[in-house]
Amino acid sequence: MAAENLLRTEALTKTYAMGDIHVHALRGIDLEIRKGEFIAIMGASGSGKTTFMNLLGCLDKPTSGSYTLDGVDVHHMDDSAITQVRNRKIGYVFQSFYLLPRTTALENVELPLLYSQHVHARDRHQKSLHALETVGLADRAKHFPNQLSGGQQQRVAIARAIVNDPVFLLADEPTGNLDTRTSVEIMAFFQKLHAAGKTIILVTHEFDISQYASRIITFRDGRIISDVPNPTPHNAEQDLQKLPRLDPEEEE
Amino acid sequence: MSVPGIIRIALKSLMRNKTRTFLTMLGIIIGVAAVITMIAIGQGAKKVVDDQISSMGTNVIMVMSNFTNTQNTARQAAGTGNTLEEEDVPAIRSQVQGVLYTSPVYNTFGQLKYGSNNWRGRIMGVDVEYFLIRDMKIDSGDLFYSSEVENGAKVCVLGKTVADNLFGGVDPVGKIIRIRNIPFTVKGVLKSKGQNMMGSDQDDVVLAPYTTTATRLMGHRWRFLTIMVSAESKDRIPLVQQDILNLLQARHRGTTSEDFSVSSQTEVAEAANTVSNTMTILLASIAGISLLVGGIGIMNIMLVSVTERIKEIGIRMAVGAGKRDVLLQFIIEAVTISILGGLIGIALGWGASEFLGKSMDWSVAVTPWSIFLSVGFSCAIGIFFGWYPARKAANLNLIDALRYE
Ligand SMILES: Nc1ncnc2c1ncn2[C@@H]1O[C@H](COP(=O)(O)OP(=O)(O)OP(=O)(O)O)[C@@H](O)[C@H]1O
Ligand SMILES: [Mg+2]
Repeated sequence: MAAENLLRTEALTKTYAMGDIHVHALRGIDLEIRKGEFIAIMGASGSGKTTFMNLLGCLDKPTSGSYTLDGVDVHHMDDSAITQVRNRKIGYVFQSFYLLPRTTALENVELPLLYSQHVHARDRHQKSLHALETVGLADRAKHFPNQLSGGQQQRVAIARAIVNDPVFLLADEPTGNLDTRTSVEIMAFFQKLHAAGKTIILVTHEFDISQYASRIITFRDGRIISDVPNPTPHNAEQDLQKLPRLDPEEEE
Repeated sequence: MSVPGIIRIALKSLMRNKTRTFLTMLGIIIGVAAVITMIAIGQGAKKVVDDQISSMGTNVIMVMSNFTNTQNTARQAAGTGNTLEEEDVPAIRSQVQGVLYTSPVYNTFGQLKYGSNNWRGRIMGVDVEYFLIRDMKIDSGDLFYSSEVENGAKVCVLGKTVADNLFGGVDPVGKIIRIRNIPFTVKGVLKSKGQNMMGSDQDDVVLAPYTTTATRLMGHRWRFLTIMVSAESKDRIPLVQQDILNLLQARHRGTTSEDFSVSSQTEVAEAANTVSNTMTILLASIAGISLLVGGIGIMNIMLVSVTERIKEIGIRMAVGAGKRDVLLQFIIEAVTISILGGLIGIALGWGASEFLGKSMDWSVAVTPWSIFLSVGFSCAIGIFFGWYPARKAANLNLIDALRYE
């Protein structure tokens, strides 16, 4: 399938200035990603993965280089257009969830819809509930983040990322804080979303996790050192069957 | 996103911090309540003054000799002809346009006696039109007539205070009292007028025909006449005043306009109004300062809440909130606090004014403009003091905000 290009970066760099010291977090990234890919980004700590993800997610701006998203150069977009892109095209899943405290799971999932011009108030509830169902947490809609386990919080965060039906999903170490079984569960969601046509870019430290993706990119010192396809990705759903159930809370 | 949506978000976040919201509001509540109450007190005082001024009568003009302008006393004054004379009264009446009523007035003090009861009171010698000028009503009995004035009849009408003190419970009408040992028949008792602006009792007075007063009660030398005039309408007062002055100068040779004073009730009213307005402004500005402090309180809390919610702002922006959305949210939060505080403040201030009015027997008047003023002011405070923290929130760098711990 000759899928069209979703995004392309050329000579993308990011330098953090800390007083006199300049940290070259990214030293020129050239990358093309097509629609429907499931990519795992690996690399040592400090190699620039999060920095790169932040640029892809339009959370931050590059020092130099270009980033073309859906045929549009992000550099030429103004603040409000970038806000629109963040809201409409990108779903971001953070390593530390970033749910609003004292706000129910459902309200957290509703958040992107609140800031979206395209969603009517009456659809908001429906859509959010549906997203929560997708991640299997419909029964926790009224719970606050501090009443949820880490895995559940991450699933709420994923529901929030997909609720606005984004073009692609960015996940920065979504399983970094989770146990093996919960991690595989999360990966099963991603594979399901991928099967449904979503483009997914995921950062991980764990080799096992990267094996669920269909393309694996490795960073070192702000550069890409390898970019290989994974023709035989593992199936998370099947792996889940083999794993013992450890977490009794997940049973109910 | 839509403004109603942001209002919802702002209200929710206020609800999430009820105590903080309320404490912030408290500054505005107290400020607005203070402004309303202070203005109510000031305006109440003004109303009292206004009522008292109108109790003086309608469109009243007072004509007096200015003895103080000549070096010596009355004797010299009489010599130079700057003393008012009884003949001036009919002259004013017939020669000045726009005059409605006139009355000569002699003022004196004297011992009043009924049986064994004594009272020292003010005695005024007046013509019958005086009652019309001063808008005096009879409570029991009757006023005296023109014929009695012409004949110099020994009759009088008592103010309520005098009647109460001389007669106790007895009906004074038809009784004979002694004024400076001269017997006068009491024809009637006046309706109470209460205190005047200067706090003296307007009911502590005996009114007798000016003819009788002049001949029987006052020595020739000490007979100083004032003339009371009422103008046909308020607009005519300045003209009538000027005409009277001109007439008097013409009638009394060798006098200047300095020798007579022709003052009107409007002038008194204006002077009194200036005083009470100054008082209102003073009270309101003191209260306004507390409103300002309340506003700074809002800014303070909003700033704290921006810092406290940096991460929240980052999360909101990461999922698609724009600068404008964040700006609006924080401004709406500030404005909501100040408007809600303003409304509660109005209710509280209103209540406090009524309470003061009842319990302290003060005259208070809650005016619509003081309500508009404080509502407008509290909105302005919300926007003004909410702006800076809101700007600060909206200009946060997204990544820094997300990473903030
Ligand atoms: N805001 C910042 N200011 C200064 N330096 C930064 C900032 N963010 C990242 N860096 C530096 O940039 C480099 C890349 O950081 P980045 O967070 O992208 O690494 P990473 O690959 O995500 O690491 P990890 O696997 O530990 O999350 C690091 O050396 C880091 O110290
Ligand atoms: Mg990272």
